[in-house]
Amino acid sequence: MSGKAVDGIAKMPPPDIARKVKGLSDRAIAWIFIAPTIFLLLAINIFPLIWTIRLSFTNFRANRFNAEVKWIGLRNYERILSDPDIWQTMQATAHFLFWTLFFQVLIGFALAYLINKKFKGNDLWTTLIVLPMMLSPAVVGNFWTFLYQPQIGLFNYVVGFFSGVDPSSFSMIGSVNLAPWAIVIVDTWMWTPFVMLICLAGLRSIPDTIYEAAECDRASKWRQFWTITIPMVLPFLMLAVLFRGIENFKMFDLVVQLTGGGPGSITELTSINLKREAFEKWRTGYASAYAVILFVTIFGLASIYVKALNKVKER
Amino acid sequence: MKASKFLMAATLAAMTSVAATSASAKSLTLCWAAWDPANALVELSKDFEKQSGVDMKFEFVPWPNFADRMLNELNSGGKLCDLMIGDSQWIGGAAENGQYLKLNDFFKANGISMSDFIPATVTGYAEWPKNTPNYWALPAYADVVGWTYRKDWFSRPELMAEFKKKYGYDLGVPKDLAQLKDIGTFFQGREIDGKKVYGAAIYTERGSEGITMGVTNALYNYGFKYENPKKPYDMKGFVNSDGAVKGLEYYKALYDSSTPPGSSDWYMSANIDAYKSGQVAMQMNFAFIWPGVNADPNVGGDRSGYFANPPGPGGHFAQLGGQGISVVANTKDKDSALAYIKWFAQPKIQARWTEMGGASAMRAVVEDPGFPTAQPYNKAFLNSMAIVKDFWAEPAYASLLLSMQKRVHNYVIAGQGTAKEALDGLVKDWIEVFEDEGKL
Repeated sequence: MSGKAVDGIAKMPPPDIARKVKGLSDRAIAWIFIAPTIFLLLAINIFPLIWTIRLSFTNFRANRFNAEVKWIGLRNYERILSDPDIWQTMQATAHFLFWTLFFQVLIGFALAYLINKKFKGNDLWTTLIVLPMMLSPAVVGNFWTFLYQPQIGLFNYVVGFFSGVDPSSFSMIGSVNLAPWAIVIVDTWMWTPFVMLICLAGLRSIPDTIYEAAECDRASKWRQFWTITIPMVLPFLMLAVLFRGIENFKMFDLVVQLTGGGPGSITELTSINLKREAFEKWRTGYASAYAVILFVTIFGLASIYVKALNKVKER
Repeated sequence: MKASKFLMAATLAAMTSVAATSASAKSLTLCWAAWDPANALVELSKDFEKQSGVDMKFEFVPWPNFADRMLNELNSGGKLCDLMIGDSQWIGGAAENGQYLKLNDFFKANGISMSDFIPATVTGYAEWPKNTPNYWALPAYADVVGWTYRKDWFSRPELMAEFKKKYGYDLGVPKDLAQLKDIGTFFQGREIDGKKVYGAAIYTERGSEGITMGVTNALYNYGFKYENPKKPYDMKGFVNSDGAVKGLEYYKALYDSSTPPGSSDWYMSANIDAYKSGQVAMQMNFAFIWPGVNADPNVGGDRSGYFANPPGPGGHFAQLGGQGISVVANTKDKDSALAYIKWFAQPKIQARWTEMGGASAMRAVVEDPGFPTAQPYNKAFLNSMAIVKDFWAEPAYASLLLSMQKRVHNYVIAGQGTAKEALDGLVKDWIEVFEDEGKL
């Protein structure tokens, strides 16, 4: 068979499809292709969202189908926003969010900067550094509880070794002062490699010619870092912060395994609190209102942030 | 053509045989927690399978996830479980939400009498509303919080002499909660056989029910009551009475003075580990662990002793554990499920249940003259079962429990606020729950 004949067969639609498609506009064909996706989006995203908003104005409990569902207006929202315990969980989440992002950006960027330098064993180090983020958060949470054990834990031993403090004299997950930092440390250990990889992509996207031009202009290394490296990596860094910020706002599994929200409620993040309201207390209406508040918060903050990110990109 | 006819005939024959098999083979799924007694029940149930021809399947979930998993199953109307050995506190919700079958008529028709079981287990595991003859379960596993102690350490002459000199009385099984704390403090940080040991492993877990199951053993004995005995749901002055405040302060003092470092989130298995590894002189735990302790090569036999929760200034109680067995309303085979309960309720099966590692609540078993001496822990078990008290079993028990977990953990472990503030806060939370329930 000649090449031309093959091309001709490839270009011709099968007779059945051609007959069926005949008469349909491009727009109609486009709709046929995207309809399943739109249907799925409506079914598993939009409908549940609208349903959740509706439930948030009721006293519905998912474990009592026979009970009368009452419309209670904004009562759930009022109760949530005036509950000091909820504000405490918000505060715990803010602390966790701020410090994990701070350390992950700082250490992640520093590691990326070092890895970007060409040295022997570079690939091996990169592989080793990214290992933690390949583990399951539940597994990480579980084994860090052992590392934090005051009597047998490696973490306490290392701290004791360098500081001279008795390792069994402090408990990272049992102390009110240390527990918020214990979860920050574990999340930073696990997710810094992710930030590092994104920063590394940013660093490697900077053309060498820019640094060469700066060298010609006798710009110092320090000056090159602040005027070339940082501005050009910034959009990547901001993207990493966005991803990690959204993820950590929803943090659940790792912290549940580590502290269960304790001691007391010191590390009870909003998602843990929400899960308890929704699936342990079964206050579905109340939990729906709570979820709507969290959704609006994340969506609002993320929108502002994306606008800022776009401005940085435009510069 | 011949080949296709043969294929059709073969397919038809195969389908008929599958249908016939599924029609004749009955099966039941029993849901419970994943622990040693569940394994004993698997063995015991082989007798039922043999007698009835019903195939028994089991769904066991580890304790920390047990309530979450099984309550989701019940609440979502799932069809996984035909029989449920559910926690005592679930009975109110399961009864009011139609998740368990009411068993009164069945018991009557089959000569099963609740007077044959330890009264506290009938109230705790089977009745809803409490103290009324409405039965939703058959008492299946009798359990209670008690204490295990290192008898070998307690009997060392040098320690006995030092203790006597320090506290003015003999080192031994504590006669009250104050003595229990003295003993815990005495062992705390002490070196025994070249190893640093601690006073006691107590329940402190935050995530599920741990600290509540522990602290109630102190609260009850200092005068805490769930409600006004004369006026249901009237909690002010009962939950946060002066005695209750002292009880909560006691539990915090016990935690601060006698527990190993890092024990801020410990429940059943962590306490077992601490005890078996020789880390603590005493452990608080449910009685189900006692056979395992007794058989342990490091701490078993004469090296360990057992005692009921000691009394306090406000009374003598212990937290009830254990479960009843219920028929799930959604069962696909109600008759077989009821047949299992009937089989399980037989005195000879109950006796075998206890022999195999279960804990029967049947009086004929536990009141047998040989029972107290059959095992070294049986006397402590009987003493404990005589003083049991249980947490709320209301349909909203999960909300009540979560509030208590939070308030108590905040005070005892995190050291935030005072005991009075914690219990006042608890009253406020519980009032809110009952208002939501329409009971206040």
